[in-house]
Amino acid sequence: MTTPDGELDGEGTVEPDAGWRRLDPRTVRVSLLTVAGICVAAGVPTGLGIASSSLFWALVTVLPASAAALAGTVVVEGVRLRRTRYRVLADRVELTKGVAVLTRRSVSRDRIRTVDLTAGPPSRFLGIVTVKIDTGEQGGSSASSVTLFAVSREEGERLRAELLDRGRPDSAGTADGRIATFDPRWARYGPLSVLTPALGAAAYGGVLQVAEWFGLRRGVITGAIDLLGGFGLVGGIAMVVAVGLVIGVLGSLAVLVEMWWNFRLDREPGGTLRVRRGLLTARSISIEEQRLRGVELVEPLGVRLAGGARVDAVATGLRSQSDEDKGARKTLLPAAPHGEASRVAAAVLRETAGPASTVLTRHPVAARGRRIRWALAAAAAPVAVAAACGWVFSSALFGQLAWIGAVVGVPIALALAVDAYRNLGHGLSGDYLVARRGSVRRSTVALQRRGVIGLTARQSLFQRRRGLLTITATTAAGSGAYSVPDVDASEGLAFADDAVPGLFGPLLERV
Amino acid sequence: MGDSESGDADAGRGGTGTAHDRSQHRTEPGRGDGRDDTGVLRLRPPAHRVHRKAVAWWRTRILLVAAAAVAVLVVPAALLPDAARFWVLVPAAVLAVAGVAAAVGMPMWWYRVHRWEVTGDAVYTRTGALWQEWRVAPMSRIQTVDSERGPLEQVFGLATVTVTTASAKGALTIPGLDRDLAADLVHELTETTQATPGDAT
Repeated sequence: MTTPDGELDGEGTVEPDAGWRRLDPRTVRVSLLTVAGICVAAGVPTGLGIASSSLFWALVTVLPASAAALAGTVVVEGVRLRRTRYRVLADRVELTKGVAVLTRRSVSRDRIRTVDLTAGPPSRFLGIVTVKIDTGEQGGSSASSVTLFAVSREEGERLRAELLDRGRPDSAGTADGRIATFDPRWARYGPLSVLTPALGAAAYGGVLQVAEWFGLRRGVITGAIDLLGGFGLVGGIAMVVAVGLVIGVLGSLAVLVEMWWNFRLDREPGGTLRVRRGLLTARSISIEEQRLRGVELVEPLGVRLAGGARVDAVATGLRSQSDEDKGARKTLLPAAPHGEASRVAAAVLRETAGPASTVLTRHPVAARGRRIRWALAAAAAPVAVAAACGWVFSSALFGQLAWIGAVVGVPIALALAVDAYRNLGHGLSGDYLVARRGSVRRSTVALQRRGVIGLTARQSLFQRRRGLLTITATTAAGSGAYSVPDVDASEGLAFADDAVPGLFGPLLERV
Repeated sequence: MGDSESGDADAGRGGTGTAHDRSQHRTEPGRGDGRDDTGVLRLRPPAHRVHRKAVAWWRTRILLVAAAAVAVLVVPAALLPDAARFWVLVPAAVLAVAGVAAAVGMPMWWYRVHRWEVTGDAVYTRTGALWQEWRVAPMSRIQTVDSERGPLEQVFGLATVTVTTASAKGALTIPGLDRDLAADLVHELTETTQATPGDAT
């Protein structure tokens, strides 16, 4: 909170007022369009509601309120536009902004990790982008990032190139261009995600919620029962599930297409990986290769059964944000055929063979026993609850539920346990430590060996009895720790020492 | 719990000398002495135990927590009718018995397991009981070294040292150190890590 003029130029090498730039004036129109959209979305139902009693009052309340909102937007955005200015100096980026209170922010250039560009439909239409410059500090406040809403598309690209190009001579000329592009056939993996049932259920919830606003909930439910009455109970449930699934499939397809249409993954000069994607909202996400500590090949069960996999980056300074698609920020490749995912993973790491093709060491059979016991316990819990309820309430229904639960749950649990065991594996591939685990979400991580900043060995009493151990490599990137669970104790320690020499090495002994 | 560590029962028992002095002559000659032999590999125990007073500290802490939990059940029980009172007092009694049993057993177990060491180029700890954990953080990756003393620790003259790295999940904690020893350790580790270049990621 200082005056807008340059008091912070401690070095005295720059004139206080040099190089300041302003936001693009088209920002006002984008804000206006957004507010107009809100006015229509909120004003039309409100107006219709009032108009049912009096058309005059509907016009008198809704129109002036909308006009006031639009006029206010123009004034506030106009002031904000005039007061906001930024400049890029040799060592830092400065931003002055504020409508009522002026704030001034200075971000050191060598701490900038990502420069992301986003443009929603109105911004794209008018040719402007929102630029987010982030230092990616852990648990960082807003003080560690600078958001410019909005500048022209050309200015956004120029800023991105200027801020991310560190002029490193060693990485110059290593650009090998396009790594991957979206293939519309990949859309088939969209409906296989957990989003499908979730969206289907949400659609029903949404209908009931809207019905309640208009006091029609009871009517909607009885209407649906009447409509489905001809199908009988089982037929009716089947219809409800089928309709929900159709809505879920369409919804998850729409989400996938909106997020990943026109997807391109490029390696740019200066050592930056760049993801560009989006049908309506165009997004550009940059990850410096210097910040990359590895990749993770993720195969959710549905996608894996269909032969697909996704590639996530394991990079420092990529903290998840409250974006609408926070999980997808680290995704380098959406669900795609396994071969393509493997190729992209290898290309990103500059290796000839991807982590998926590394020969992995299997884990001892004792690890399978543990997984089977966990699975049986998980399957037994609901069965036991249902059986106990059946006993307490002497109800045949609960008894049958317990019986059905056991018949259905135990084989599924056993299958998942055996699959989880078969998926366990670890190995070394060049500069990378490769670890694979999981069944419902199988993940194969390739972690740069010099990116490992600590090792943990963990052993429960049960593991100790069976000679097992869980090795965890901690890192500054990604989720912070990647584990090799239930490895043979002696073999696992030797592996950890091979993977990251000098950490466990001096502490090992033979007995 | 199958611990067959050799010797050094006196280590960490008091404030004799700084951590630096002790860690220097504990540093091993080189890596992987045993790698060529046959036999099962394991991590050797870190050199130093925590302070003996930690047992009393842990014990007091368990008793206080158990007493608070029992009080939460017993105090309202006085207001309940007799028939209901029984069903509140039974869990209270179970909690009390479990608390006393834990207060007797767990601190001894923890004391046997909890060990720490500063080798020439890393901090090495072993913690836990049912789940034991060996952690190593190289000096070059250490970001912060903190010591913390809770109210109960102050009563016993103890401190907990926490060593963090750039990993969100990579912190090492050494509880139950003598207060002066903890201060020396923080000082030594801070100086060592400041002398190491790099941004520790």
